[in-house]
Amino acid sequence: MIEPRLKIATCSLAGCFGCHMSLLDLDERLFELADRVELNRSPLTDIKELGECDLGLIEGGVANVENVHVLLEFRARCKILIAMGACALNGGIPAMRNQFTLRECLEESYLRGVGLVNAQIPNDPEIPLLLNQVHPVHEVVKIDYFLPGCPPSADAIWTFVNQLLSGQPIALSYTQIHYD
Amino acid sequence: MSEQPSFTLDGRRIPFRDGQTVMAAALAAGVYIPHLCFNPEFAPHGSCRVCLVKVNGRVQAACTTPAAAGQLVQSEIEELREIRRGILQMLFVEGNHVCPACEKSGACQLQAVAYYVGMLAPHYTHFYPRRSVDASHPEAVIDFNRCILCELCVRASREVDGKNIFAVRGRGINARLVVNTPSGKLGATDFSVGDKAAQVCPTGAILLKHHGYEIPIGQRLYDRKPINVVGDVAQLSESRGGRRHD
Repeated sequence: MIEPRLKIATCSLAGCFGCHMSLLDLDERLFELADRVELNRSPLTDIKELGECDLGLIEGGVANVENVHVLLEFRARCKILIAMGACALNGGIPAMRNQFTLRECLEESYLRGVGLVNAQIPNDPEIPLLLNQVHPVHEVVKIDYFLPGCPPSADAIWTFVNQLLSGQPIALSYTQIHYD
Repeated sequence: MSEQPSFTLDGRRIPFRDGQTVMAAALAAGVYIPHLCFNPEFAPHGSCRVCLVKVNGRVQAACTTPAAAGQLVQSEIEELREIRRGILQMLFVEGNHVCPACEKSGACQLQAVAYYVGMLAPHYTHFYPRRSVDASHPEAVIDFNRCILCELCVRASREVDGKNIFAVRGRGINARLVVNTPSGKLGATDFSVGDKAAQVCPTGAILLKHHGYEIPIGQRLYDRKPINVVGDVAQLSESRGGRRHD
């Protein structure tokens, strides 16, 4: 009997997609992974609605209201939620804006930036409102597993996913744990 | 001739000389006890608490506990690893430690000790304190975001350099590193890159300018081997990737 494949969803909140690039760095191991899992909503698929999933991989921190919405949805639909990469774990580079007020950030980018014409702060209603500060995902929802790195290496992701899928405790080697 | 007195550390016999601390004796015997504010060249400070060990069942800082004959000392037990992880996590959320954007990353003692104790994520709620960067000195920069208040620069400047450039002002959560000048700027002091105070910072708080990102990722001090094998960055000579001037 063929075992049903586990459903995995992934998303990038306030991240740079570097963690997803690292996921793609699994290279030929992706074939092996594809035999065991089925991708649901993810930047790598065209599925718009998140279904009920076994695993959710979250890249990036929480910087705007859309990030909050997506994160809450992932928590509600994924049995196990994994924070992947520095931004999800501690806010990362986007959280460096927490040193300034939101107004200061917007004015610096959109009013005082170099080479601006008709400088104005974007206020289209379709643009998600920014939060005052960027937060790690564990400050918004319960996270089951943390995978550090900027990004975590493909080897670290592979070790992690294999141990998780086979029900072993997570034990990354020394060189697979790094914060940068 | 009587045998040298000794205590037991995780089942191993550690000899010591009169007046030595548990930390000093362990270090001399080549046994690593994780630490941040401790540097063997200075009097122990006992403030970071990362070196907590169990001495005869009681949790104490190894760097300030005098060694005594027959002590039963435990260090590498899960209970202590958990406490140490918690301390590291609190240090990380209390400051702004953005490893991907730090020149010290890969050769940082704070990061290396966090790896050693198995810290995967900061766990606690981040403070994101608003702290400044002082780049007024031509050769060095102080990023207060990364200061963990170990006071090693304070001690080094006062005791070795004879300059008394640094101090810690305030108490509790308001404690912060300050520069002893009216302007509070490092550029107004006689701080120099040859100073001991320029070599002892366990984080990226005090950095030398013009030397960022010189070693590629994968070849940095703690990239391949953990700190208990490699040693403290401040204790290694420059030729071995450390900061110590011999």
